[in-house]
Amino acid sequence: MTAHHAIEARGLRKSYGAVTVLDSVDLRVEHGTMLGLLGPNGAGKTTCVRILSTLLAADGGTATVGGVDVRGAPRAVRACIGVTGQDTAVDELLTGEENLVMMGQLFRLPRTTARRRASELLERFDLVQAAGRPVRTYSGGMRRRLDLAVSLINSPPVLFLDEPTTGLDPTSRTAMWETIRRLMRGGTTVLLTTQYLEEADQLADRVAVLNDGRVVAEGTAGELKRSVGSERAELTFTPADFARAEEVLGGEDLGQHCLSLPVESPACVRDLLNRAAATDLRIEHFALREPTLDDVFRTLTTADGGGTGARAGANARVDTAVRTAATMGDHA
Amino acid sequence: MSQALAPKPYPEFVLALGDCAVLVRRSMRHLTRNIDQIFQTVLLPIVLLLLFRYLFGGAVQTGGPSYVNYVIAGVLVLSVTFSASATAVGVTNDLQEGIVERFRTMPMFSSAMLVGHVVSAVLRNGVSTALVIGVGWLVGFRPSAGPGEWLAALGILLLFTTAISWLATLLGILARSVEGANGLAMIVVFLPYASSALVPSETMPSVLRAFVEHQPVTPVVDAVRGLLVGTPHGDSAWSALAWWVPALVLTAALTIRHFRRRTNA
Repeated sequence: MTAHHAIEARGLRKSYGAVTVLDSVDLRVEHGTMLGLLGPNGAGKTTCVRILSTLLAADGGTATVGGVDVRGAPRAVRACIGVTGQDTAVDELLTGEENLVMMGQLFRLPRTTARRRASELLERFDLVQAAGRPVRTYSGGMRRRLDLAVSLINSPPVLFLDEPTTGLDPTSRTAMWETIRRLMRGGTTVLLTTQYLEEADQLADRVAVLNDGRVVAEGTAGELKRSVGSERAELTFTPADFARAEEVLGGEDLGQHCLSLPVESPACVRDLLNRAAATDLRIEHFALREPTLDDVFRTLTTADGGGTGARAGANARVDTAVRTAATMGDHA
Repeated sequence: MSQALAPKPYPEFVLALGDCAVLVRRSMRHLTRNIDQIFQTVLLPIVLLLLFRYLFGGAVQTGGPSYVNYVIAGVLVLSVTFSASATAVGVTNDLQEGIVERFRTMPMFSSAMLVGHVVSAVLRNGVSTALVIGVGWLVGFRPSAGPGEWLAALGILLLFTTAISWLATLLGILARSVEGANGLAMIVVFLPYASSALVPSETMPSVLRAFVEHQPVTPVVDAVRGLLVGTPHGDSAWSALAWWVPALVLTAALTIRHFRRRTNA
């Protein structure tokens, strides 16, 4: 059974005192694929990674990595995984190359293998120039690249990436995505956690949404998007017209005088524009967009009310980025 | 499934020793790149020696040897305890910077990191000791010790240094911040001042004298001094062993235990 999945978790539970962090989490990642574990801060993503990478013992449930039980044989699991956490875990005083060789030796690789592997990775991660400099002189993006390179030193078949691009500027993030994609082509199995919906959308084969310690949805990004419904039109009005537009057309207020309305067919679009024209509403900007993972996320994490709505709101900037990309021009 | 690169086909204990060697090398590299540590290892012991030699040298009556011959054992011990703060801070740093977390996801011998810190602290102190003895010679230190006495004196210093380094490592684990580690280490740094390291205990008030004569650093100083310059040292060498052998075992055991507990939280 487990042989079919590189990572498998069943009914994982973890609480700290009265606080339940994981409340029966099931995850399965097939060999050579990436699962994106998506969730707001505090959803339990890092706890999942820590349990699966043998750093933390679960209170209940079972987990295997590469078919090996994480509780029963942690060392065997450690020999076949690479972990990149949220904080860079490299030695600041050593150079990039020294870090790589040292970690290789701690994986018990023969010295020549560790050296060869280190120079391959420096090449691959564009760190050859910086190889001889102490890590404390590196930029944020370089540090992250080195950190990822270090977790690949023993060519692990399974890789955990815990928010690998948090805190990176957009250029470094895109570069990091490209690196991860190349890695996937080599057949590595990856569990990626992220709070950036776009990141999961771009990289992951399948996405699991974690909220309040439970997996609330799982599927391909496309399946999840379809589950929340149709395309939506987004209309931006002049400040003066906005209140009237909301009255006439309804829909969801996205802020900045923008309304979002479901459009099931092209006829709906015509109807919508006709209604706006009939009441003399001035449309400043019009866009059609596919449902995004953000919609999935918002739908799933606000269903049970509480504080999660506010958390979904924190992802608005991602929403904006996706929305801007999907302008009318793209659809024409 | 693709395979991870194969490890060396050696027995586990050989690999564990290899892990320790890798991390000792790491800590030694830190020594050469960290200006604080260079200062503490090279400059501070020499400054202490010269300070005591020339500042107090004329004023202190030792009742026996010249002051430089008297104080050299004290400076050797002081430089050991001074370096405890660098060790404690290094350990706390490692625990805070996430590198220990990475080590824990690797199939290595987890306590190798502690061994790395302790062994490199001992090596660092070896450098300080050699410097103090060398500079001491230039400013009038004339030991009367034969090879056997040298060996015994250095052996006692080695025991003391190793125990203090484990203790410093323990303090580094217990501390929650680098500042905290420094503060805790001050307790260790202070101990030799209230010993026979710098002045004879005979002139001290009775309460202080009672403390000085019964605290664990005094027999180390007395034994090393006695062995090197021939002052009477009674059974202080045995007394030093009676204190510091159990202290070494205890601090090492406690350190490993607290390290495991802290990193499994």
